[in-house]
Amino acid sequence: MSTVVAIRGVHKVFGAGADRTVALEGIDLEIEKGAFVSLIGPSGCGKSTLLRLIGDLTGVTAGTVQVNGKSAVQARTDHEYGIVFQSPVLFDWRTVQRNVELPIELSGLAPAARAKRAREMLALVELAGFEERYPWQLSGGMQQRVAIARALSFAPSILLMDEPFGALDEMSRERLNLELLRIWQRTGTTIVFVTHSIPEAVFLSTQVAVMSARPGRIVDLIDIDLARPRDELTREQPSYFQHVTRVRESLRRGDGQRTPVAAAP
Amino acid sequence: MLRAARALLSFAAFLTVIAVIWELAKLLGGDPVGEWTPPFAWRIANDLNMPHLWDIAGSFAAPAQRNGPPLGLLLAGAAGFTFREAFGGFVFGAALGLGLAIVFVHSSLLERALVPYVVASQTIPIIAIAPMVVIWLQAGWVSVAVISAYLTFFPVTIAGIRGLRSPDPRAVELMRSYAASPRELLLKVRLPAAAPYLFAALKVAATASVVGAIIGELPSGIRDGLGGAILNFNQYYISGPEKLWAAIVVAALMGIAFFALVRAAEVAVLRGRLGGSAA
Amino acid sequence: MTARLRQAIPPVAVFVAVLGLWELAVRAFGISQFLLPRPTAIAIALSEHADELATVGRNTLVEAVGGFAIGGGAALVVGFATARWVAASRVLLPFAIAANSVPIIAFAPIMNNWFGILNPLSKMMVVAVLVFFPIMINTLRGLTLVDPASIELMRSYATSELDVFRTVRVPNALPYIFTAVKVSATLSLIGAIVAEYFGGAQSVLGQFIITEAAFFRFANAWAAIVVASAISIAFFLIILGVERVALPWHASARAGREA
Repeated sequence: MSTVVAIRGVHKVFGAGADRTVALEGIDLEIEKGAFVSLIGPSGCGKSTLLRLIGDLTGVTAGTVQVNGKSAVQARTDHEYGIVFQSPVLFDWRTVQRNVELPIELSGLAPAARAKRAREMLALVELAGFEERYPWQLSGGMQQRVAIARALSFAPSILLMDEPFGALDEMSRERLNLELLRIWQRTGTTIVFVTHSIPEAVFLSTQVAVMSARPGRIVDLIDIDLARPRDELTREQPSYFQHVTRVRESLRRGDGQRTPVAAAP
Repeated sequence: MLRAARALLSFAAFLTVIAVIWELAKLLGGDPVGEWTPPFAWRIANDLNMPHLWDIAGSFAAPAQRNGPPLGLLLAGAAGFTFREAFGGFVFGAALGLGLAIVFVHSSLLERALVPYVVASQTIPIIAIAPMVVIWLQAGWVSVAVISAYLTFFPVTIAGIRGLRSPDPRAVELMRSYAASPRELLLKVRLPAAAPYLFAALKVAATASVVGAIIGELPSGIRDGLGGAILNFNQYYISGPEKLWAAIVVAALMGIAFFALVRAAEVAVLRGRLGGSAA
Repeated sequence: MTARLRQAIPPVAVFVAVLGLWELAVRAFGISQFLLPRPTAIAIALSEHADELATVGRNTLVEAVGGFAIGGGAALVVGFATARWVAASRVLLPFAIAANSVPIIAFAPIMNNWFGILNPLSKMMVVAVLVFFPIMINTLRGLTLVDPASIELMRSYATSELDVFRTVRVPNALPYIFTAVKVSATLSLIGAIVAEYFGGAQSVLGQFIITEAAFFRFANAWAAIVVASAISIAFFLIILGVERVALPWHASARAGREA
C-alpha cells in the first residue's frame, strides 16, 4: 500500500508578537492510497489549515508535507489534487459546463475534449442536462455538485474537501454523502475530508483523524471498519453508533486534555 | 493617523510629479526663458496657454485689477461665496435624497412611479435651467444652492434606497418579534445599515455640489463666486492667463477639501464597523 | 395584462398627470411664459424647429460621444495597465478619487485655449476628462476586488498571473466597468453642453439654449432641453442594451436574485 500524503512534524504558526497563534503543533499523519480520511475537531482546531497545508495554499512553519512522493509545492504545480471549498466558488459569468471545464481549460486541453470530459463529470454527479444553466439558477446542493465535478475534471489522484456540505440542510447533506461515496468508489480517488459532523465523518470514512482544540494536534486516528457499500441502512447499525460514540469520546478528550496519541494505525 | 499621513504624502508626491512634468514640457517646447531656447515649439506649452507655475503662484499675491486687493484674497472671498452655495446645496440635497429614499422604501407604488423620473432628472442639463431658477427664486446665492442640490440629491437617493433595503431580513423579523414600530425599525436597523452606502454617496455628492454651484453661477449673472471669477478671467485671458489658472487651482482645492471633509466624517462615524469604509 | 405592463403603469400615469396639471396650471394661473411655458407650447416649438434642433443636437452629440470615446478608452487602458501592479493601483486610486472631486468643468476655458475655441475637440476634451476618472476608478476596482475564495481556487490550479487576470479578474470587472460607463453616458452630454457655455461654435445645443433664452423665447429653450434630455436617455439605453448582450449572465442573475 502506498502512502499518498505524508505529514511529518508539522507546526503552523500565524502572526507574530502579540498576535501570534499556534494553529498546529506536531502533526504526524500518513494517508494511504484510496483512503477516505476525515479530519474532525472543535472550531479553530486547525483542520482547515491542515487541509490547506496539504494543498500548498499556505506554507508550513516547520516540518514536511509530501504529496504523491513530492513536496506539496510540486504537487500543486503538477495538478495532483482537486479542491472543494465550503462555498461552491463558481463563476457567475460561466455556464455550469464552462465552470466544470475551468481547470482543464487552464491546462490547455482542446475544446472538444474538454467539453466531453465536462459532460462526463456532470453525468457522474448526476447533473446531466444542466450544462447550459448558470450557477444562480441551481440550488446550493446542486452548485456543490458542480464544484465536485470541476474538482474531478482533470482526474486528480487526491481530492481535498473543506466542509463541502456544511452549508446545506441535513437531507441534502445525507444525499450528497451517498453520492460522494458512489463517486469515490467509481474513481478510486484518495479523499481528505474536513468536517464538523461526527455522523458524517463516520459514515463516509475509512479513518477519522480526531484533532484537539488549538493548538491543534491529532489525538486519535480511528479506523472505521463498517461494511461497504454503505447506505441509509448503515446509519441504523449498532456498530455505526459505536463508532460515533468512540469519535465523540476522543473529541471530548482532545478538548480537555492535550496528550497527543501516536498517529500510525 | 498613519493612513492619513501616508495619503497626504502620496498626494504631495503626485503633485510634485505633475509640477515636474509641467515645467519639463515648458522647458522642451515652451517659450524662451532668458538664455535658454527650447528645442521644440508646442503651442500648448507656450506662456499664454501654460503659464509658469511660479507665475501662477505669484499671481495670488498680485492685485487682480489695478489698485485692487491681491488675487489671493479675491479668490478666497469667491471661494467662500461658492462654498456657501455648495454646502447649502449639499445639505439640502442630502436631506432631500435621504427623505426620498425613506419614502420609496416604505411605498413601492411611489417608488415605481417616481424613480424613473429621479433617474431621468439627471439627464436634464441643469446649466440650461439655472438662469430660470435664479430669476424665479430671486434669491441670489440661495438659488444657486438649489441648483447645487439638484445635482446632489440623486446619488444620495439611489444609495439610500439600496442601503435602507440592505439589512438581513432576519434583523427585520427580530424587530417585529419585539413589536417595534416602523419608526423604530427605521431608526435602529435601516438607517445604521444604510450609513456606509450613504457616506459613499455623500462623497460623490460633495463633488457634485461644488460642480453644481459653479455651474449654477455661470449663466446666472452672479459674479461673486468662483464661477464668476472663472468667467471673468476667461474673458480677460490674454492680459493675465495665470489668473484663470489661479482660479481653477482654488476651485480644484475646494472640491478636494470638501471631499476630504466628508471622508473624515465618514471615518469618524463608521469607526469600528465591520468592513469600515471603502476608499 | 402582463406583469411587465402593469409595472409600467405608475410612471406613465405620473407622466400624463404631471403634463396635464402643468398645462392646466399655466393656463389657469396665467403663469408667465417667462417661467414655465405650457407643454403644448413646447411641443409646438419642437415641431417648428425640428430641423434646427436636429442639427444642433447632432453637433453636441458628436462632442459628447467623441469625448466619451477618448476619455473612456484612456481610462480602460490606464485601469488595465495599473491593475497589474498592486502597489501602483494603491497609490493611484486615492489620487484618482481626489482628482474626481475637482470640478472638471472649470477647465473648459483652458481647453478652449489649448485646442481652439471653435474646434469641437476642445469640448470633447472636457468630456474626456470628465468621464476618465469614474471609468478608471471602476475598472481598477473591478479588476482588484475579486472574491478571495476565487483567488484561492486559482492558486490550487497553479496557473500564471496572466491566466488569473484573463479568467477571473476581467470578467469580474465587467459589471463595474459597465456601471461607470452608464453614468458617464449621461455625464458626457451634460459636460458637452456646459463646455459650450464658455463659447465656441454656434450651432450647438448649449448656444441654442442661451440664444433662445436671451431672446425670451423660452418655449424654444425648453424644447432644446427636452431634446438634450432625450439624447441622454437614448445614449444610456443604448449602453444598457450593449450590457444586456455582453453580460447576459449579469442582468438575468440580478433579476433572478431580485425576483
